Amino acid sequence: MITVTDLRKVYRQGKKEVVALDGVSLSVPKGSIHGIIGHSGAGKSTLVRCLTLLDRPTSGSVNIDGTELSSVRDSEIRAARRRIGMVFQHANLMDSRTAAGNVAHPLELVKTPKDTVRTKVAELLKLVGLEGFENAYPSQLSGGQRQRVGIARALASDPDVLLCDEPTSALDPATTDEILDLIQDLTRRLQLTVLIITHEMHVVKRVCGSVSLLAKGRVVEAGELADVAAELDSKLARALLPLPASEPIKGALQAGPVLEILFSGESAKEPVLTSVARHFDIDLNVLAGSVETLGGQQFGHLRVQLADHADYDAVLGYLRDRGISAKLADATDRSDESDFASDTADFAVETGDSK
Amino acid sequence: MNDIFSNPVLAKALPEAIVETLQMVGISGFFTVLVGLPLGVFLHATAPGGLRPMPVVNRIVSDIVVNITRSIPFAILMVALIPLARLLVGTSLGPVAASVSLSIGTIPFFARLVEACLRDVHHGKIDAAQVMGSTRMQVINKVMLPESLPALVAAATTTVVTLVGYSAMAGLVGGGGLGKLAYNYGFQRFDVTVMLVTIVLIIVLVQVIQLTGEWISRSLDHR
Repeated sequence: MITVTDLRKVYRQGKKEVVALDGVSLSVPKGSIHGIIGHSGAGKSTLVRCLTLLDRPTSGSVNIDGTELSSVRDSEIRAARRRIGMVFQHANLMDSRTAAGNVAHPLELVKTPKDTVRTKVAELLKLVGLEGFENAYPSQLSGGQRQRVGIARALASDPDVLLCDEPTSALDPATTDEILDLIQDLTRRLQLTVLIITHEMHVVKRVCGSVSLLAKGRVVEAGELADVAAELDSKLARALLPLPASEPIKGALQAGPVLEILFSGESAKEPVLTSVARHFDIDLNVLAGSVETLGGQQFGHLRVQLADHADYDAVLGYLRDRGISAKLADATDRSDESDFASDTADFAVETGDSK
Repeated sequence: MNDIFSNPVLAKALPEAIVETLQMVGISGFFTVLVGLPLGVFLHATAPGGLRPMPVVNRIVSDIVVNITRSIPFAILMVALIPLARLLVGTSLGPVAASVSLSIGTIPFFARLVEACLRDVHHGKIDAAQVMGSTRMQVINKVMLPESLPALVAAATTTVVTLVGYSAMAGLVGGGGLGKLAYNYGFQRFDVTVMLVTIVLIIVLVQVIQLTGEWISRSLDHR
């Protein structure tokens, strides 16, 4: 369990103060994966540096299973860091060490006996599916294999929390899914608390149980994946269930009202569109749609055009009575593709990597 | 051809000159690495953004000690250091005495090369080591030095090759070796054979050092 409370980080750049984190709070229970999504400059890198104590937060607290990390003394900082295993975007392996040597690295730091190191390294490499690669150097491994070594190394100090900073951003789609499945599998088996920092919605969709959207150093939306996805107007829902841009179809349904409909859970199983058509005796066209399973639940996001004589208020009421979110789409809503991007990327101050 | 084998100077003085040159390069090379490596690590670690930034100390060591030593031409530094050599080894003559000024001349040069090698170690690797709970010494010993070892060997090779050149100069002011042989016989007595033979020997020596260094560096490099 990791709990972050009102974390603030202010950097001084000459006379200017740059607020990189502006009161971030989140809580992730044991055995679950939390995604933190946001664009460059949103404060992701700063958050990572504060969680790993590479930087001290200006105020606020980071607490792992009851141990307060943010106020730990400098002499205890190294022991505190060992409670967090970290997976990096580019794995950051030592080129001069073999796969086994890299995994052994954290163990050597605390003078673990050689026999223990050997058995533990073998176990860890087996755990991440790299049996037989003990003596391979990072340059002889593929990107996905390197990341597996990175994960094994992160787990070597038996951490409670696994912090993954863009773990798949440098990998191809197939390898991305393999690595994500591995992280998910390890979370269950080792009862880890996992934080994945990413800019890819795909990562959140595939493995995260809950998610926070970080923008301008603040958490602007957060919650269980299934809950945030069910909010028709939330930025996260639009990013999780994006609709492509579409033009209303000319012809039979010309000038008819366009609705946006979001099904979730049980309602996703109902044949709603056909029952609307029958109930109101109207025709309708699907302009765009997106169907996903998120957090174990079915979701559907549709943009539908009704016949021009249709009474859309009645249709909206009918849908809402059945537990389906629906609204009249405005012209500006016609594309979700850029929505997530434009909301968070409108400030270019890069604060995350500054030191 | 006959001349090479019958030349009395070559037969008598050459073996001794070769040994003296190897002594100078060997002794000063050893001390240059011994002192220059920690100095380079110190320069890197105390620089702004380093492992243990110490701006004032870094300024003093970097700008004053290293840069001033490096800006004095070696021929002058060598002469200026004769009293120091006499103090340390009891004489100002011979290859051991020459090694004092040779070492002092090349230590700052090698330290700068070491500093540059360490700067090239990817920052992500240092972050990774710190996040897994390394002390500063562990970051240096287990990450920075091993990761930059191929580059460090290449830097040491360059330094030793430079030392061969400096040792010829040192020979003129009492160090002996091939430099002295070439000067005394080749230049002052117009013995072209001696001159050519020493030049060829120095070329061979430099080639051997360079090729060996490159081979070691390559075999250590796992990138």
